[in-house]
Amino acid sequence: MSVMGKMAEGTAAREYLTFRLDQEEYGIDILKVQEIRGYEPPTRIANAPAFIKGVVNLRGTIVPIVDMRLKFNCSQAEYNSFTVVIILNMHQRVVGIVVDSVSDVMELPADAIRSAPDIDSAIDSGSITGLGSVGERMLILLDIEKLMSSDDMGLVATE
Amino acid sequence: MADTQHDAGADFDLTQFYQIFFEEAGENLDQMEQMLLNLDLSAADEEELNGIFRCAHSIKGGSATFGFADVAELTHKMESLLDRLRRHEITPIPQMVDVLLESADASRSLLARHQAGGVGEAISTIDLVRRISELAAGAGQAGTPAPVAAAEVFVPATPPVMAPPPAPAPAPVPVAADGTRSLQIRIGPLERVELADSIKELFRDIPGLGSIDDLPCADPGCRLFGVSTTSTDDDLLDLFAFHVSKEQVQITALAGAAVPAPVAAPAPAPEVVAQAVVYPPAHEAYGFFSGAPGEPLVVDASTAAKPAAKAASPAQMESTSIRVAVNKVDQLINLVGELVITQAMLAQTSRGLEASVNQQLLAGLADLDRNTRDLQESVMSIRMIPMSTVFSRFPRMLRDLASKLDKKVDLQTLGEATELDKGLVEKITDPLTHLVRNSVDHGIETPEERLAAGKSEQGTLTLAASHQGSSIVIEVRDDGRGMNREKILAKARERGLDVSDQMADADVWQLIFAPGFSTADVVTDVSGRGVGMDVVKRNIAALNGSVEIESAQGVGMRVAVRLPLTLAIMDGMSVGVGEEVYILPLSSVVESFQVKAEDINTVAQGSQLVKVRDEYMPVIALERIFEVPRTNGSAPNAIMVVVESDGNRVALLVDELLGQHQVVVKNLESNYRKVPNVSGATILGDGTVALILDTGSLVRRVRY
Repeated sequence: MSVMGKMAEGTAAREYLTFRLDQEEYGIDILKVQEIRGYEPPTRIANAPAFIKGVVNLRGTIVPIVDMRLKFNCSQAEYNSFTVVIILNMHQRVVGIVVDSVSDVMELPADAIRSAPDIDSAIDSGSITGLGSVGERMLILLDIEKLMSSDDMGLVATE
Repeated sequence: MADTQHDAGADFDLTQFYQIFFEEAGENLDQMEQMLLNLDLSAADEEELNGIFRCAHSIKGGSATFGFADVAELTHKMESLLDRLRRHEITPIPQMVDVLLESADASRSLLARHQAGGVGEAISTIDLVRRISELAAGAGQAGTPAPVAAAEVFVPATPPVMAPPPAPAPAPVPVAADGTRSLQIRIGPLERVELADSIKELFRDIPGLGSIDDLPCADPGCRLFGVSTTSTDDDLLDLFAFHVSKEQVQITALAGAAVPAPVAAPAPAPEVVAQAVVYPPAHEAYGFFSGAPGEPLVVDASTAAKPAAKAASPAQMESTSIRVAVNKVDQLINLVGELVITQAMLAQTSRGLEASVNQQLLAGLADLDRNTRDLQESVMSIRMIPMSTVFSRFPRMLRDLASKLDKKVDLQTLGEATELDKGLVEKITDPLTHLVRNSVDHGIETPEERLAAGKSEQGTLTLAASHQGSSIVIEVRDDGRGMNREKILAKARERGLDVSDQMADADVWQLIFAPGFSTADVVTDVSGRGVGMDVVKRNIAALNGSVEIESAQGVGMRVAVRLPLTLAIMDGMSVGVGEEVYILPLSSVVESFQVKAEDINTVAQGSQLVKVRDEYMPVIALERIFEVPRTNGSAPNAIMVVVESDGNRVALLVDELLGQHQVVVKNLESNYRKVPNVSGATILGDGTVALILDTGSLVRRVRY
């Protein structure tokens, strides 16, 4: 109910970019996505958590790269020519996330979204806004901004 | 008051012009200050006086248009004084320059307050207005330090009516020889007339204000008082303002009791009560504005007045420039940085191509190379501004400082055209101000001391800027007493610093950068508290710069500040550790040398030391603090790079030196967090990112 309420506040249907991590499918607000790029080896940053792969040069901007597969404890995280980086732009901050593959851009009406049960997961369940059902597939909808700015991501200075 | 002024342009939203007005008023004030400082009092040039007058006039016109009555009033008074000056009705004297400079400051702060939306307390201009009025009326013309004025002494006898329409009001009020005046004050009409009685309490409560008596008054809504006081009308009005509004107070001079002072010569019939009614200031400003001849349409007032001011002073070369927001320029610089990197990548890729087959392509790439370089240079030069913008604030400061300290100082500036990055200019101003202040306070002696030492009475302070390679050197030189080696050493011992008499001069001078160090015998409000030199040094070090001092006792002192030309580009030394590349700011690199494993000594916890000549220096293995992964077969740590920061040195252990080159400094924190021991990042020729090391924090890591 709470999610239905939350959704009702917003517009009826929103567009989501969906991507895969291992066998799971996630959706994030398309408006937060700046571009999608291939993976290039970043410059490592000392003393950073393992899922922060480092920083890359994105046309003159230094952008940190987070490997979501490591963050979400996926069984394997390989880097090859098919590895994809989604560049997010959230409130003037640019961050890249590494995912297994990008699948689709889809529009989800509010009534296709169910509230997420309180689950025990690697990420703060507050970052999951709901579960979308698309045919037989389950889409985990992420509040990517909240997730990226959370303390345990270590992307922003904690003050 | 403000709204009445908008009659002519009632439909206009004037707020959209505010910004332009504030900018122009600022420029006009700067220009006026400059001209006032250059004004040669003994032979004032008419053109100069006209120039100053026009500045004041432009500001007045604009501020009246926009309803800033306080600024309009003040500048109007300034204008009146200047008008009389340029008509040679009165002779310029130093007090006038003083009061005009102070008024310019006051206008600036009033404008700043308006710009901020009127928050905060407005400073009072009453005293300034009164002083200007007095000077405009001819006060100080006789018996002044300027003997030139003597010939002109009778000129002020022409009635002040000669001044523009609303003549400075308080002047004609008769003044007794001791300054006591008899006034009749009428207050009202008031709804609650008892309020007026509280005025009497003022006279009772404030000692020295004067005496007050009730006078019979025909109007029941009014009160009439007889007052004898030494205060000016403006001061009285100010006091009364707590109880009744200024508009309801009417001050009339009772001429009979007072002996008309020479200043008030115009009072022709002493029996008649001179109707010197003090207008509420805002009325006056408005009145003048609306009546000003040739004042253009309301909206255009400030803009139209400006070209006139410019045309008058061909020396000001501002008209050929445009105003651009800094972030636009920065964006341009970023984009060009991109282009340079792309170009470098293309150049690298094309290297393997067969020259005979791809002749045209290679020629095109060569052109691209040249064009990007030129483009980068021109774009970088946009951010560069001449040192004169920094230096120009010092004549004024020095003038105030010298008069406060009773010293005579002449300022010389050299290399004003030397250009420096805008970001640096903003950051260097404070340290330079401090150095200048120090020189005047501690360095340059009083005129008597100088004469006794066989020097000219007037001390000289020189500010010089010059380019040396990729850095700029700014010098603050004085011909004062120089630093006293013994005194510094004694102070250092007093503070428990480790010093010896055998120390080299240069090392002794460095002591003054210690926090809290001051050799001043007396702490003045100018300097001597010992806060400062350490801050100066720290600020300059933060800009990747350095400070050098030379001093000779009795001859003078020279402080040289060396800075990189720009913050956006830095000379870097790239070092390799494992597979990774790090950049060291070249300015902090002292030396580098090869080491063998046995040269490194360890102490208890594994801290490493290396002996460099006679000194044991702490070692920081970059490999360890940056957790560099080692693959088999990579070169072992073999090179020590000695870096210095805040006078402390450490040796960094790296695998290899890769080279020196200019790097474009990028901010790491705009998208990520602060990384320990790293000050920023840069993009290498192959498009990858390299981290720039923060040598300051690396050194501190060892010391503390």
